[in-house]
Order: sequence, then structure tokens, then C-alpha cells
Amino acid sequence: MTVYLLRRCGTSIVVIIGISIFTFLLLHTVYPSPARVVLGQRASLAAIAQWNRVNGFAGSVFQQYWHYMYGVLHGNLGYSFKLNQSVVALFDERWARSAYLSGASLLLALLIAIPLGIYQAVKRNSLGDNVATSLAFTAYAMPDFLLYLIAIQIFALTFRVLGYEASQSTSLLTVMGDWRDMTLPIVCLALLIVAGFSRYMRSAAMDTLAQDYIKAARAKGLPERLVLYRHLLRNACLPMITLVGLSIPALLAGNLIAEFVFNFNGLGLLFYNSLQNEDYPILLAYTLVGAVLTVLGNLLADVALTVADPRIRLT
Amino acid sequence: MSGTAPSLPPLDIARAPGGGEVGSLQSGWRLALREFSRNRLAVVGVATLLFFVLFCFVGPLIYRVNLLNTNLSIASSPPSASHLLGTDNEGIDVLGELMKGGQAALEIGFFSAIMAIVIGSLYGAISGLVGGIADSVLMRVVDVLLSIPFLFVVLIVAVRYGASVLSLSLILGAFTWLVPARLVRGEVLTLKVRDFVAAARIAGSGRWRLINRHLLPNAFSVIIVNVTFNVADAILAVAYLGFLGFGLHYPNYDWGDLLSNGTDYLQDGYWWLIYPAGICIVLTVMACNLIGDALRDALDVRVRRR
Repeated sequence: MTVYLLRRCGTSIVVIIGISIFTFLLLHTVYPSPARVVLGQRASLAAIAQWNRVNGFAGSVFQQYWHYMYGVLHGNLGYSFKLNQSVVALFDERWARSAYLSGASLLLALLIAIPLGIYQAVKRNSLGDNVATSLAFTAYAMPDFLLYLIAIQIFALTFRVLGYEASQSTSLLTVMGDWRDMTLPIVCLALLIVAGFSRYMRSAAMDTLAQDYIKAARAKGLPERLVLYRHLLRNACLPMITLVGLSIPALLAGNLIAEFVFNFNGLGLLFYNSLQNEDYPILLAYTLVGAVLTVLGNLLADVALTVADPRIRLT
Repeated sequence: MSGTAPSLPPLDIARAPGGGEVGSLQSGWRLALREFSRNRLAVVGVATLLFFVLFCFVGPLIYRVNLLNTNLSIASSPPSASHLLGTDNEGIDVLGELMKGGQAALEIGFFSAIMAIVIGSLYGAISGLVGGIADSVLMRVVDVLLSIPFLFVVLIVAVRYGASVLSLSLILGAFTWLVPARLVRGEVLTLKVRDFVAAARIAGSGRWRLINRHLLPNAFSVIIVNVTFNVADAILAVAYLGFLGFGLHYPNYDWGDLLSNGTDYLQDGYWWLIYPAGICIVLTVMACNLIGDALRDALDVRVRRR
């Protein structure tokens, strides 16, 4: 177990180093130096060379990569000269709101997907199962923004029960309390996640239902409710752990679209605005953070799975 | 799959081309085809995809409208006999725009999927066949690229270098070969210890010939299933780009651009600017997913029955 964990962490570190090389090379290619932006159009070549030397944008690619990595390891993700703020400060203002949006919708999605998947597996090929499968299939093929637009049209414009824009407050507590404006983004995002999850949950529950211990539980006369709660639920949920770990890139991309459509000032909207400003330090820093989160998510999911399922013996 | 390949006459294996025409010599493919055509959802998927290909590429030849000149006197008019799906805010026919937008979406989906297959299967096959340290290094590269949220990188590159059908196909292809590469590698790892590969090796086949003639045709089923999902993903990604406003440059556009243009008029109730484009995206993507699912089941049968 310890050996496995150590090796798993080792590969993760290798992958993270690879990611840092990739993001550095991408940044280096698309945006070699901010000197021209900082010093202005009339700056002399000598001044630009001097600025590059001082700020670590001169020298070989390896030296520049080292400078970049040194900064990243010391908590410096870069500096946005267009907003005149450090990237860390910009992220710091917004990450809690994005985390709330993703976290709440992921939680809601799990609360829907797990019972739904079990229901579909138990009532296999019934009308309810078929309806749920078709809906999930449609939502899976639907671009996020189309669902948001339909929801806004129905709930915010036609019936006016919910807000068409997410909460604009800068305080997380106010955002959380503003259920009228936050319902649409959270529920829509959750539904899209459910579309991806429920098919896995259904097949996991079906696999579990075919196991002998379910037969044994039924044979000893346990009520069906207890069979499902005590024996099926926990075992059928195991694949969800891996799935949640794998869903981080999709969550980040989902956040980007949701925050854009609902005008929610989180990391996704910051990324969108930076795309419009061509503010590459922010864009690449967010890509780096997203990629590292993905690796950590996978690692955590693997570890959590070995804890949750003692049958898994890894060497 | 076990046991069939060695029983084939060696002459036939040698004549088997790149993989596309193997159907005539392997009964398994015919079996898969029969299973596929029995699946009702698969037939629906194929019909839908065919409809959209005809709609986008043959449609403009039949339904001729002016897509270049604006006409503000009929701007945003609802569907009528002269404009079957109404007009947009510049007075251009929406149905005609949908046809043209679909061309870009389907082309990018198709090209990027082709690119993903070619790179992915070669990369995976080489990695699996060579093995050892080279294999681990090659696969770690795949791990690194897989953990980077690819929509972000596609957006960054599209913003920096501009987006055309070719460049978007290249960018999307450059990020979607990863899953095929992994799948093909897995397949090659099980194939390369088989007797027929050993026989080919003893007969003096080089690595290239081994990959090209023996390994890839046998790993073809994994690749073909993945392609359909790749096409769906690419069409969705292009729609996202278009919706966010970083998609193709005018005069090229795709369904995402059209939809994004329509969102300005959500409050005015101009539904024909939003929902037709949305339905096109959903149906095309769903058709690709249905075909992929059915192909997987059908090829699974091919494997099971042997």
C-alpha cells in the first residue's frame, strides 16, 4: 500500500513537471515577453533588452523555464500587466465563488445521479428507465449554453420566478444566500453532470445487482429496501469516486461557459475576459492550475478508492 | 478475436490494405455489420448524420439564398414562405446560414477525427510495440496532455493564431489523439504476443510493416468506435468556441456562432435565431454518439461470437 502510494505520487509529480513544461512552452511561444506592453510602443530596443534581463525573459529557454518554475514554486503565478495585478491576487478574489458553483452543482449532481442510477438499474427497461436514458442522452449531446438559454427563457423570462443572472455580490455568504439568482446556474450545471454520470451509475448498479451477496441478502428474506440501502448503495457508488476525480476538467470547462452565460464573476469569467484582452499570463496560469487540479483529483480519487474499497489490493 | 487471424491464408493478410477494405475477408466484420444494422438506434443515428451531410452540402444547391448581402428591411422577420426559418438581425436567411454553418462544423469534426486517428493509432502502436522505457516516456507524455483541460488550450491558440477550418481541425486533432493512442497501445500490447505477429516477425517483417499490416488492422475496431465520439466532441468544441466568440472568422461561421448571435434577441422572443441552430448541434452530436455506441456493441458481438 505504502509502496503503491509512493509510486502513484511519484508519477503524479512527473506528470505535473510535464504540465509545467507544456504551459511554459505554450506561454513562451504565444507571448515571449510582456516588455513591449509594459514599456510602451516607443521603448528602445536597449530598454526592452534591459527589462527582459531584469525580469527573467532573457537567456536560453532553460534559464527562462527555471525562472518561471522558481516563481511558480514560490507562489508567483505571473503578473497581469493589462490589469496591473498579480495573477494570484486575481485568483484569490474569485476562486471561492467558482468553487461554490462547482461544488454545489457536483454535490447536487451526485444526489440526483446515484438514486437515479439505482432506480434505473432496478427498474431496468421500464418506461422510467427509458425516459431517463433518453433525457441523459439528449443532455449529453447538448452544448452547455443551449440548456442555460432554454432554462433562462423558461424560468427567468417567461415565468419570471428565477433570476437570469447569477448573484453579483462579492461576498460568498451573500452569494450563497441568494438562492433566487443561484438556482439556475447550479441546477443546470448539475443536470449536465448528471447526464454524464447517470449512465455509469446505472451500469455500476446493474453489475452490483448481479453479485452473489445481493442474491444472498434477498434469499435470507431481507426487505428490498434494506438490500438496496445496505448492500447495493455503497458498492454501486465506488465507480463514482473515480468519476468525480476524472470530472475536474469538465467542471472547469463547464464553469467557463456557465459563468459566461450567467455573468458570474468567478475564475471562468476571468478566463473569458482574459481571452478578450489577450492577457496570456492569466490564461496560462489558469490552464496550469486546472491541469494540476486534474492530476491531484485523479490521485485523490485513486487513494479514496483504495480506502473505500478494502478489496482493492495494490502493489 | 482469438484464433481467427492465424487461420487466414497468409496471402490474404498480405493483400489486406490499410484497414478500410478488410470487410470482404473477415466474416467477423460482416457479423458486426449485421448486428449494427439490427440496432434500431444505430440506423436512426446513421440516417440523421446522413441527413445533415446532405442538408449542409447538397442543401445549398437546392435552397439558393443570398448569404452575402444584408437587407435590413426584412431583418429578424419570423419564418415565412420566402424565408422558411426567418431571417437574422441582418436580414439573411437563417435556413441558408444553418446549411453553411453546418459545413464548417462537419468538416472540422471529420478532419480533426481523421487527424486524431492517424496520430493516435501510430503513436499508440509504436509505443506498445517498442515497449520498455520508450513506452513509459511516450505514455507519460499522453498523461501530461490528457490532464490539461483541452478547451482552454484550444481557446488560447484560437485567440492567438486565429481560427479557420484548417487551424481549428489541426488544434482539435492535436488534442484528441490522446485517447485513441491509449486504446491502440492497449490493443497492441495484447496483439503483439499473438502467434500471427510472431509468424510475421519470423517471416522477416520490419516494425513498420508489422504495425501497418498486422497490428493496426486488428486494432481497427477500437479505433473506429473512438472516431465517432471524436467527431461529436469536435463539433461540440467548435460550437463552444463559436458561442464564446472565438470561433471561425467571418465569412465563415458555424452553428455556435449563429446561436451566439441569436442570444442577443432572447428577450425579444426571436426563437428562430436560437433553437434551430441548437437542434442542429444536438441532433448531429447525438447521431455520432448513437453510431459510436452501436458500433461498440456490434464489434463486441464480433469479438464474443468468435
